[in-house]
Amino acid sequence: MKIRIKFRKYGAMKFVGHLDMMRYFQKAMRRAEIAICYSEGFSPHQIMSFAAPLGVGVTSDGEYLDIEVGASKTSGDAIRDLNAVMADGVEITGYQKLPDNAKTAMSVVAAADYDLFYKEGYHVPASVEQFEEGIEAFFVRPSEVLVTKATKKSEKTMDLKKLVYDFRIRVEDGRPVFYLLLSTGSVDNVKPELVFEALLASMGLVFEADAVQIHRRDVYAARALKADDGFRFCSLGEMGEMV
Amino acid sequence: MELQEKTAPEPSRKLHENPDKKRKLALSDKILLRVEKPARYIGGEVNAVMKDPSEVDIRFAFCFPDVYEIGMSHLGIQILYDMFNRREDVWCERVYSPWPDLHRVMKEENIPLFALESQQPVRQMDFLGITLQYEMCYTNILQILDLSGIPLSASGRGERDPIVIGGGPCAYNPEPIAEFFDLFYIGEGETQYDALFDLYKKMRSEGAGRKAFLRQAAGIPGIYVPSLYEAVYRGDGTIAQFHPIEEGVPGTVRKQVVTDMERAVCPERPVVPFLKATQDRVVLEIQRGCIRGCRFCQAGMIYRPVREKSVERLKELAVTMLKSTGHEEISLSSLSSSDYSGLDRLVTFLVEECRKSGVNISLPSLRIDAFSLDVMSKVQDVRKSSLTFAPEAGSQRLRDVINKGLTEEVILDGAQMAFEGGWNKVKFYFMLGLPTETEEDMRAIARLADETAARYYETVPKEKRNGRCQITISTSFFVPKPFTPFQWARMYPPEDYIGRAKIVNNAVKEQLNRKSIRYNWHEADVAVLEGVFARGDRRVGAVIRRAYEKGAIFDAWSEFFDYGRWTEAFAECGVDPDFYVMRERGLDEIFPWDFIDAGVKKEFLKREWKRAMEGVVTPNCRMQCQGCGANQFGGGVCYENQD
Ligand code: SF4
Repeated sequence: MKIRIKFRKYGAMKFVGHLDMMRYFQKAMRRAEIAICYSEGFSPHQIMSFAAPLGVGVTSDGEYLDIEVGASKTSGDAIRDLNAVMADGVEITGYQKLPDNAKTAMSVVAAADYDLFYKEGYHVPASVEQFEEGIEAFFVRPSEVLVTKATKKSEKTMDLKKLVYDFRIRVEDGRPVFYLLLSTGSVDNVKPELVFEALLASMGLVFEADAVQIHRRDVYAARALKADDGFRFCSLGEMGEMV
Repeated sequence: MELQEKTAPEPSRKLHENPDKKRKLALSDKILLRVEKPARYIGGEVNAVMKDPSEVDIRFAFCFPDVYEIGMSHLGIQILYDMFNRREDVWCERVYSPWPDLHRVMKEENIPLFALESQQPVRQMDFLGITLQYEMCYTNILQILDLSGIPLSASGRGERDPIVIGGGPCAYNPEPIAEFFDLFYIGEGETQYDALFDLYKKMRSEGAGRKAFLRQAAGIPGIYVPSLYEAVYRGDGTIAQFHPIEEGVPGTVRKQVVTDMERAVCPERPVVPFLKATQDRVVLEIQRGCIRGCRFCQAGMIYRPVREKSVERLKELAVTMLKSTGHEEISLSSLSSSDYSGLDRLVTFLVEECRKSGVNISLPSLRIDAFSLDVMSKVQDVRKSSLTFAPEAGSQRLRDVINKGLTEEVILDGAQMAFEGGWNKVKFYFMLGLPTETEEDMRAIARLADETAARYYETVPKEKRNGRCQITISTSFFVPKPFTPFQWARMYPPEDYIGRAKIVNNAVKEQLNRKSIRYNWHEADVAVLEGVFARGDRRVGAVIRRAYEKGAIFDAWSEFFDYGRWTEAFAECGVDPDFYVMRERGLDEIFPWDFIDAGVKKEFLKREWKRAMEGVVTPNCRMQCQGCGANQFGGGVCYENQD
């Protein structure tokens, strides 16, 4: 049976990297006595895969991992048992059964959305109005927004106009919060810091990684719409049903 | 393709608020995002113990002076962490050495070292306990004190500084680091810490000061307060006298031993690190001590007598610990697991139990025989795994000198059985520079490897071979340790050690099966330094401090170790390292550690040293008791067959 687990990651846990989170969950499954399935062989490993890796320093309300179980507790019991063995800073918020033919979270990821904001105690380098104008000039008005991303071997030029689906600003407690909906996954993966850094650069400002908190809100798959060739995003947390 | 629907919902919760307010990290995001592996410093792991500081009487910071991943793998701290935290009035937290990248930042920005659980400064604690597992961590002790803002010398500490305690195997010669500690705990921590805590509470409530407390603590068995003792030296540099300077302070400090292993504390909920620690598994301590009596081995002497846990208790613990940690592997820990009397039953149980739940078993230090091969073939992939032999010396003559009762025949037959079972990788561990070693002994290392390879080609027909056999030889340089029969032995200059390794290397190249043999050797200068610390006296402390001032930390890590720095430090302090390592010591010499009663008597060690020189082997504890002195503790193997 395929199960999708949704969790939040916050607080000090944001310093625990992706690989360590995978090991963390393997142990958590055992502690919570989830009847997870194992691969064959001498060193069997759990059938488990994550949707989209989260960078160190980033918090999230919408992380996903898919597992395969032999038998399942009810969603409510599984969430309760998992939360009983979590470290502070990880909270299980969903446990759903997927259709048997469902593709893994990793392979269907198409987008993720984020909030970015200046952390407490850090100087916000421009006013909300200046940022609004900056987004207009950098992103809304131009017909293409080219940025170059350096990968390990080569450089890749991307048009953000096609890969950033939404870029807005709102105000909370008198401070700007930036909202980004970004293409995510193995094909066109756009990282929020890349977009934000490019915005700041266009405004003549410098991006300081530690000043800005990046918070992932959710991760989405693309669902084709029957009527035309459009599509809509569907949260990975809404693709299954409760057990 | 067109996007139909955009989602920009309103915030579901306040973004600016910190969701875990109760634990504010000591380091800023700025620092944590800049250093390697920030998860080393955040605490909050599964099973870490949190308490309310206002509800405890004693705050204890327990430190392993090396990087987190190493320190977290140490069983001893886990045991005491569990035991201390069972007391309602004590909160024990953990501290590890900040890696050099963070060290630099903390020095520059004047950030005090903190304990992982509370993230509060170490200096606010009542005690700072430091476990001393190997000599090359000595400069890291100074790093810990320095970053904590605690004066390096015990004599410079005031009422507001924590009491700094040392313990662990290196505390069996605490003298080189004596000036940095307020007290040492000699032996197993399980027995006297309660008494120490109770005394501390009582005296503090009476308003007693640091000095008065230390004076009283010196009366607790196993506790050594260095400031209450004095060493007097002869003209030739050896010790003339070592004695207490105050009336009533005991002249001998007796090591502490757990006699009832059945009821001894065992951490049922070990802390589970986020990072992959060196030991990323449940470690099940099956017994303490070793019956064998290898003459070079300090652990084999200071942990005497052997004390076993029952199979029933271990089964129970294994299940509990696997459940509470979720680890996917379990390993057995002891100096020589093959000597554990219930091994067969325990391993059979674990194999069954683990098969059900997908847990791996790792079985270190098993003697290679039909039973162990059978078990190993069940729990590991024979084509990938390797067999390990630790003959320690290449020739039978030298193995007799060191009392390692492993014969060439046993090794070759074991290897042959393994080859028949499908293995083709063998690892050999040897030491160079052992007392009486000759060139012939060194060359014998290469020959033994060659004969093992030959067995493979003789035993396994071509069509069944999984390629060549792969034999790996590793050699380390022998370092004489206190409380061993070799405590009188000398060492050799680094060039000499490298020369010995070259002899082995050349001999390997001459062998018929040289293409199947690989050889690595350890560094030599670090061995000599380790030797100075192992058998040094109080005068070595100044050198350690000087080297630290020159920037020495993480000396156990070859990428940070700088021998030149140490040579300078010795010269500047006017201390001759050769005095400690390059001379064979006289049988009547007073050693810096003679005031410690480790159970084994000096007379026994002398007898063993003489027998070594004669090349005579000594039977193990189960074959025939040698009257080593460890029976004074009233338990373990010494009383096994008596009722
Ligand atoms: S007293 Fe005898 S049995 Fe006990 S540890 Fe010593 S040699 Fe072994």
